[in-house]
Amino acid sequence: MTANADEVARYLKRRARWSPFEIAFWIFAFATIWLFPGKYLILKDTAILALFALSLDLILGYAGIISLGQAAFFGFAGYFAGLVAKYGIINEPVIALVCSGLIAAALGFVTSFLVLRGSDLTRLMVTLGVSLMLGELANRYSNITGGADGLQGVEIEPVLGRFRFDLFGHNGYVYCLIVLFICFVIARRIIYSPFGLSLRSIKGNTLRAAAIGVPVKWRLVAIYTVSAGLAGIAGALLTQTTAFCSLDVFSLERSADLLLVLIIGGTGYLYGGLIGAVIYKFLQDWLSNLTPQYWQFWIGLVLVVIVLIGRERMAGWVRIVRSLLVRLGTWLMPRLPALGGAAPDGR
Amino acid sequence: MSETMPKTTPILQTIGLEKRFGGILAAQNVNLAVEPGARHALIGPNGAGKTTVINLLTGVLRPTAGRIELEGRDITSLLPHQRVRLGIARTFQINQLFLDLTPLESIGLVVSERLGSGADWWRLVGTKSAVTDEIVEIVERFRLADVMHERTAILPYGKQRLLEIALAFACRPRVLLLDEPAAGVPEAERHELLATIEALPKDVTVLLIEHDMDLVFSFAERISVLVNGALFVDGAPDEVARDPRVKAVYLGEELSA
Amino acid sequence: MLTILYDGIAYGMLLFVLACGLSVTLGLMNFINLAHGAFAMAGGYCTVFLVNRLGLPFALGLPIAFLVTALIGGLFERTLYVHVYARSHLDQVLFTIGLVFMSVAAVDYTMGSSQQFVQIPEALQGQFEVDGIGMGKYRLLIIVICGLLTVALQLILAKTRFGSRLRAAVDDQRVARGLGINVGAVFGITFAFGSGLAGLGGALGAEILGLDPTFPLKYMIYFLIVVTVGGTSSITGPFFASILLGIGDVAGKYYVPKLGAFVIYAIMIIVLIWRPQGLFARGAAR
Repeated sequence: MTANADEVARYLKRRARWSPFEIAFWIFAFATIWLFPGKYLILKDTAILALFALSLDLILGYAGIISLGQAAFFGFAGYFAGLVAKYGIINEPVIALVCSGLIAAALGFVTSFLVLRGSDLTRLMVTLGVSLMLGELANRYSNITGGADGLQGVEIEPVLGRFRFDLFGHNGYVYCLIVLFICFVIARRIIYSPFGLSLRSIKGNTLRAAAIGVPVKWRLVAIYTVSAGLAGIAGALLTQTTAFCSLDVFSLERSADLLLVLIIGGTGYLYGGLIGAVIYKFLQDWLSNLTPQYWQFWIGLVLVVIVLIGRERMAGWVRIVRSLLVRLGTWLMPRLPALGGAAPDGR
Repeated sequence: MSETMPKTTPILQTIGLEKRFGGILAAQNVNLAVEPGARHALIGPNGAGKTTVINLLTGVLRPTAGRIELEGRDITSLLPHQRVRLGIARTFQINQLFLDLTPLESIGLVVSERLGSGADWWRLVGTKSAVTDEIVEIVERFRLADVMHERTAILPYGKQRLLEIALAFACRPRVLLLDEPAAGVPEAERHELLATIEALPKDVTVLLIEHDMDLVFSFAERISVLVNGALFVDGAPDEVARDPRVKAVYLGEELSA
Repeated sequence: MLTILYDGIAYGMLLFVLACGLSVTLGLMNFINLAHGAFAMAGGYCTVFLVNRLGLPFALGLPIAFLVTALIGGLFERTLYVHVYARSHLDQVLFTIGLVFMSVAAVDYTMGSSQQFVQIPEALQGQFEVDGIGMGKYRLLIIVICGLLTVALQLILAKTRFGSRLRAAVDDQRVARGLGINVGAVFGITFAFGSGLAGLGGALGAEILGLDPTFPLKYMIYFLIVVTVGGTSSITGPFFASILLGIGDVAGKYYVPKLGAFVIYAIMIIVLIWRPQGLFARGAAR
């Protein structure tokens, strides 16, 4: 068997093709707008959580960095979005959202240099430390942040000057879902790019990645920055859709829950965060109805059981289901080359 | 030893290289000179410091004293990936592969890093024909075409060993350091591996670190012997083979083993 | 000023007793146990139950708290933790965080969410004065007990057969196994003992640290600071780290009360950047 360039190019691009499963996933996601009109609030929270988990997946699933401090970026941008709206600095939500993401990314860039040294435990401590420090700061400057009472009096203008956040949460949910989709497409693009490939190589074997000329440190700095930006957008979304922001955005529980979300869904295939968020929210809703005060017990139990069963085994199960779906999809939609994108470009 | 010394300037040279781990001298006053295009072997008994020297050359370790020059340029303080850019690539004694990637992806990664598009985040993998063309060439050269879509983790060991060299080769090094390339390869797959090493283009300088004396004497044009972290003998294969001190070292090792 | 030092030392010694078990488990099995605080909490609630409800004397409550938590620790180690040692750090983090969540909710369910206080004997309440400086009697007790424990631990590690086995296992597990040391048993015993110490610390500290169901979450970071800053290669490292942390925290809360624990976190990050192996680590052991 010999190789030729066209075939090689096709195989390399094959992974990046939108599978029928993915298309179905997103069609269903947008269909929920009409399917569950009474559930906008929980759906909106799920979309935000999904985006937040997606941001963690980028560094955990693709770069192998364990973080207990993703809440730092979520909270930082959340307060930023609240403050710019409250004081009328940036009135238009979309612009404010982008700015929040950028400022969280800037914070991510700065702190990445602290995080990318040392062992897993050191990273854990530093990420956690950064978010706790921000929490203390927000508490200290309560004249600006509202301290323990939370940031109040935030007025959010209509999105694009037209769509006002209504009481039923319809516009809020649609807004979150669209933002989630856009961020997802960007993350997906990154993952299937040469840059994304180099991240997978770093996670797989850092020593060899360096030995073939991958600038390991800068790639990690870059993805950490992007991840912080996405987490920031998630935080800003929460503030904008609730017109409120409180100190618990920085809490350890938020970061720990996020890990759980991602673990439930599985890491390293982008949909883990989204699926995990749906399952988590569903579980939370169900468990807190069952035992209102103690649902955290069950969440803990889920974590313990997942680890004892073995994440690999669960991932194996997910892989089987996924390959079945893919096979089903290719059987249903025979040969749609157009889906794979254009022919390899000339240069 | 001195009459075989060539006149050309070495492509890779170490001057008084020393590495100390606590109280142990793993390398001392190593003056190694590798000529352009050479098939040079570095041999020595277990624990002689061969791997330490490789790690020093590639920048994994920092020397405690001495210098390393690539074509007369001092590279002692450069980071591993910077040295790769300048043209030093290595393989590992124990496979260091990307187990979750396919050979195609692994080689594609190396090629796109080298062509400066490794940080492209807006473009999908496989959309640059300069990269794909080169992947094809390397896949063919290293006889990986029939397994190029498999996950690396499930390849036969001989193929993994070939991929190990292919990744280093894809860096287009001027100096290729092969660290015991044939170690552990079963007899049936060995021939394919050796033939591939033989067929490496002549403009690539090869420094072979090896235990297997058959391979060393069939391949190398020049041999350096390292003992206790110091260069012991340096010369053409027949000289080294005749040298009584080398025999003593190797016989001594066999006796104690 | 001296009062701060005094309180800080008492606080620091308490932290040491709470965290030293964690330092050994981390050093020995390279295991990240975020649930260590849950054992401390168990000791605290155990004492509350014994002293307040059953009316046992405080002096008897402490050793029982130690034994009960050591038992619980040993039980958990044998049944659950053993399955997770060989796993990745991520799995360890998830597993132990899960345990923390469960313990928080379980205690909330059984004991209620309000803060608990141990009834301390009259003799230990109040202050006495030395050179015009007020010193709490209870804190003196803490310093004495924790000081004795530290000396005892140091002696056990340095002089006993078990201590030398433990040190051998920490230094190099494979070699220790080769020497015929049952590393699993050594670890089980150490884990149980460390949990017991945490339980004792939790019982002693209920008065100073406060005891409510969120205890394991609230103090997790403090224990981890002790361990990461102190390093895991000896117990003197964590000891000095604890004392520094204790004094720093008390002083920080006294002089810049509004910043809260900000100072501590900042110092921790600086130390970890400066010396990722810990402030008192002997070179790069690993």
